[in-house]
Amino acid sequence: MSNSSTSKKSVLWDWLTTVDHKKIGIMYFFGGLFFFTIAGLEAMLMRIQLMFPEMSFLHEQTYNEVLTMHGTTMLFLAAMPLFFAFMNFVVPLQIGARDVAFPFINSLGFWLFLFGGLLLNLSWFTGGAPDAGWTAYAPLSTTSAGHGLDYYIMGLQVSGAGTLMSGINFLVTIVNMRAPGMSMMRMPLFTWTTFVTSMLILFAFPALTVGLLLLMMDRIFGGAFFDVAMGGNVVIYQHLFWIFGHPEVYILILPAFGIFSEVISTFAKKRLFGYSAMVFATMIIGFLGFMVWAHHMFTVGMGPIANAIFAVATMAIAVPTGIKIFNWLLTLWGGRIRFTVANLFALAFIPSFVMGGVTGVQLAMSAADYQFHDTYFVVAHFHYVIIGGSVFGIFSATFYWWPKMFGYRLSESLGRWFFWLFLIGFHLTFFVQHFLGLIGMPRRVASYLDGQGLNEMNFISSMGAFMMAFAFILLVINVFVSRKNTDDVQDPWDGRTLEWATTSPVQEYNFAQTPLVRELDAFWHEKQFGDGRMKAAEPLDDIHMPNGSILPIIITTGLTVASFGVIYSTWSIIILGLLINFGAMFVRSIKEDHGYHIPVSEIKREQGEGK
Amino acid sequence: MADQHAAANQPLPANPEKATLEGRNKYLGFWFFLGGETVLFGSLFGAYLGLRGSTEGAPGPDELFHLDLVFIMTMILLTSSLTSVFAVINLKRGHFKKLLVWMWATVALGAAFLSFEIYEFYEYYHQGLGFTVSAFASSFYTLVGTHGAHVAFGVAWITTLLIRYRKSGITLSNAPKFYTAVLYWHFIDVVWVFIFTVVYLLGVGG
Repeated sequence: MSNSSTSKKSVLWDWLTTVDHKKIGIMYFFGGLFFFTIAGLEAMLMRIQLMFPEMSFLHEQTYNEVLTMHGTTMLFLAAMPLFFAFMNFVVPLQIGARDVAFPFINSLGFWLFLFGGLLLNLSWFTGGAPDAGWTAYAPLSTTSAGHGLDYYIMGLQVSGAGTLMSGINFLVTIVNMRAPGMSMMRMPLFTWTTFVTSMLILFAFPALTVGLLLLMMDRIFGGAFFDVAMGGNVVIYQHLFWIFGHPEVYILILPAFGIFSEVISTFAKKRLFGYSAMVFATMIIGFLGFMVWAHHMFTVGMGPIANAIFAVATMAIAVPTGIKIFNWLLTLWGGRIRFTVANLFALAFIPSFVMGGVTGVQLAMSAADYQFHDTYFVVAHFHYVIIGGSVFGIFSATFYWWPKMFGYRLSESLGRWFFWLFLIGFHLTFFVQHFLGLIGMPRRVASYLDGQGLNEMNFISSMGAFMMAFAFILLVINVFVSRKNTDDVQDPWDGRTLEWATTSPVQEYNFAQTPLVRELDAFWHEKQFGDGRMKAAEPLDDIHMPNGSILPIIITTGLTVASFGVIYSTWSIIILGLLINFGAMFVRSIKEDHGYHIPVSEIKREQGEGK
Repeated sequence: MADQHAAANQPLPANPEKATLEGRNKYLGFWFFLGGETVLFGSLFGAYLGLRGSTEGAPGPDELFHLDLVFIMTMILLTSSLTSVFAVINLKRGHFKKLLVWMWATVALGAAFLSFEIYEFYEYYHQGLGFTVSAFASSFYTLVGTHGAHVAFGVAWITTLLIRYRKSGITLSNAPKFYTAVLYWHFIDVVWVFIFTVVYLLGVGG
């Protein structure tokens, strides 16, 4: 990393106080990877328990906790932060900005995610994790014994607040901070999907905030929202959860769509086919994402009219998604395709995700859903879209942007082993689960009986899970053994977008001079029609940079302490935490911080070194 | 620092809150934030509408609500929106003293509203509407209380700004802060208009 202006600070202090979007991106990456590993291990525990009928590897209660934490951790603490990692690192570079709009809030968002995640996982050591599924449906969640669900509520509130802030930050960054010439319709697709994803975060997360707030009121303060004896109504929670929850699954898939658009276009050496159709399809998916939440509740008893409306709206999403699939195929058509690991994941995504989409349309048929509901068919469906879509997207982005983020290339040969093992393991694990579901195996149950025809397929499924775990170990090994591949890292893939026009690793200020964007795929345009370098939109001058700050971590600590107090209904701890929280916010509010300037002489020296 | 020195010598631009990139970022970011807040209150309204009939023998809206008190509260809060508009007009004209006066008036009205609300909750509690007695009670206190917490936060926020910048004059760095605080204040006023209609008017008449 650039250490020109931070040489006086220790490395640890630098990372704790950084407001640099690239360092925050890297911290999101390792934070997400940490939780991905934990949640992956939880999945392995479940697959070991289900390897044979009537296993007693996990106690039923433990199984419920592992199942809940696997889903919650994967969605909130692994997949989303891993996407945030790439959004943070890449989006400001792609639009030619020096940083995000609110660097301080960016840092705050990261620490809130991390501390919220740690708070949630603390429940393992304090008498039991949450056990009501990742959806935490009332009244199961409101009557669950112990403090597990309280950790769920407060952990997600803390990390959700961070997510909401990050969403607003990306929105403002993309609207206000684009380089000259970078009109909205010249933005790379990953930036576009980040924009729409952030819109979804902005309008979806407050519904979760309220859902969790009401759960908290009932569990901790004796409220009666979901207590039927007091006139409560549990279906309200289901609505609130899914008004958040359905957009959430698009929050998880849209960034992956953006990544595949970048990767496929780069490795087919072709401009993305149907760019504007891709943009509008993204927006339509984002909009329809808010219109279909009740398809998760077909069997609740909303009646045939509501079910029919939500069924039709759900099927309509297949149209813009289909547009995207065909645009990717047509981008590949006639292209000079390079089968790098990043592109292999993108190519494997297309059929895998289509399979998940097809089962999605099957599930959207509300009458048929009565048969599928709460069986392994649903489990197979959402793992096909989340692994086949989001996780493939994350792995593709990892191989694609790794040289830019870390200054070395991951090994392609080891990467291919990783890819094939993971792909085969994934299909082994989840393909058979369609049939397990169709012959009646319920999801979220800790065991199954012998002689029901479930044994072989469950065993195959567990073997696939082991293959995925082994493949993941290969990825970790790859990170360590590839460290010497430091040649050709500036633009290793012959990239098309602005991030490849920067040095590797990227300077603290990203661009010495803000680039002038003349066309879609700005860098590619300069390679084809210019001299291969971005034209500057401004003269070389001192660069204004924000100061680092320790306050985000203090604000977060305060909020986490207060949340811990709420979990145990201890007012002294709540007040202590809030004092720290608001005290640090107060300091931030009254202290004017005008940042500092990097002198032009230093920029010239660093640019000279970069060549 | 450079901004402040410049501000002392040069006249401020017509819209000082949007004159810098930081200001424009704050302005736009705050609008987005209010969009999220709309969903938050929308969800709370939804929960309230679903549960407002579930009084379960405990006091219900028609027994509790007195429109005269709520009318006074509404007038106080709407007037505070007006005073904050005057503050913004003076912000744009560069009249710092008048800006402070109108913002302090806004804070005072906000505090008056809050004390009425505390009195109101106190009264309801003594008429038997504890938080836990019925689903109606829980949803009423959560919706109106969340709004009240927003008012309290707004009062604290604006007071902090007023004390921090009591002598600084209008600068390009504090203009966006005053402006976003006023945006926030208008937002919680609008939410109150909905609470007045959906909770109180529907409660008594509907």
